[in-house]
Amino acid sequence: MEVKVLTIAEDILGANKEKARRNQDRLDKHGILTVNVMSSPGAGKTSLILRTINGLKPKTRVAVIEGDVASRIDADKVHQQGVPVIQINIPGGCHLDAGMTENALNNLPLEEIDLLLIENVGNLICPAEFALGEHKKVMLLSLPEGDDKPYKYPLMFTEADIVLVNKLDLLPYLDFNITAFSQAVTGLNPKVKISPVSCKTGEGLETWFSWLEDEIRKMKNRHS
Amino acid sequence: MHELSITKSILSITLEKAKAVPANKITKINLTIGELSGIVDDCVQFYFDIISKDTIAAEASLSFHRPPTKLHCRNCGTTFTPDNLNWACPNCQEQKIEIISGRECYVESIEVE
Repeated sequence: MEVKVLTIAEDILGANKEKARRNQDRLDKHGILTVNVMSSPGAGKTSLILRTINGLKPKTRVAVIEGDVASRIDADKVHQQGVPVIQINIPGGCHLDAGMTENALNNLPLEEIDLLLIENVGNLICPAEFALGEHKKVMLLSLPEGDDKPYKYPLMFTEADIVLVNKLDLLPYLDFNITAFSQAVTGLNPKVKISPVSCKTGEGLETWFSWLEDEIRKMKNRHS
Repeated sequence: MHELSITKSILSITLEKAKAVPANKITKINLTIGELSGIVDDCVQFYFDIISKDTIAAEASLSFHRPPTKLHCRNCGTTFTPDNLNWACPNCQEQKIEIISGRECYVESIEVE
């Protein structure tokens, strides 16, 4: 039988990107600034989200999508703060994708949200490759993880709009070089904003809150 | 690490294209997957063998083209392949780096009967 060669040149992640675009259009229509929160497990994503809900209320109405391999521990913590939250569990999965995000959006009161925080699965590799429909990506790197991570997981740092260096309260006990870390990150990603914070003590979080409030304002102006 | 999602997309893209021909069988799938994409060939092959069963791609062989990581120095313009973890420019030692190759992730072509 005759063998035919068909040129395809199609992006393997194209279908996900298309769905992500549709999610973003939907979020735009509602004027909801959506932020994909990414880090390794235990870097402080949930603590950051809890701090953010409390730091921005009552002016900003926050909702949260929680992505985890198992359990609803994080969703329960967020729920206690009285904001809408959807828990996505992906047994065996390593990242959220645009389809899962779409399902979560179907179950959120989109008319009543100014800021949607999506806590991705703790992982420095896969989440960088899968767009969800977010407008901004925040990456958390906590001091105990070490300052060499930009070289080990370059894509994540290349993709981020803002990098929060968390657990600043541990700095006296660790050998983390914030200057070297910042140089490596801005080398890969010259537009990135880097901000040291402690979600435990609250130090540095004002900068993050004003960045968010600024982005929310821009979003509202674009879509009002 | 996310080979299952990648493999599902590969299968769906190739089945759709083969159906449009229409073809009876997909014999080969040529993939271009950059070194930085974090995709392991054997793992894609493993999932592919499972999920392509009962489709016209069931016996297709997968061929992987793996473009190496190439970086461009935004300071002096040198293009280089990084040495292990050292992403500084070998010419000017600056770390102002742009990734120009290594992130590819697409289906190049398929061979059908």
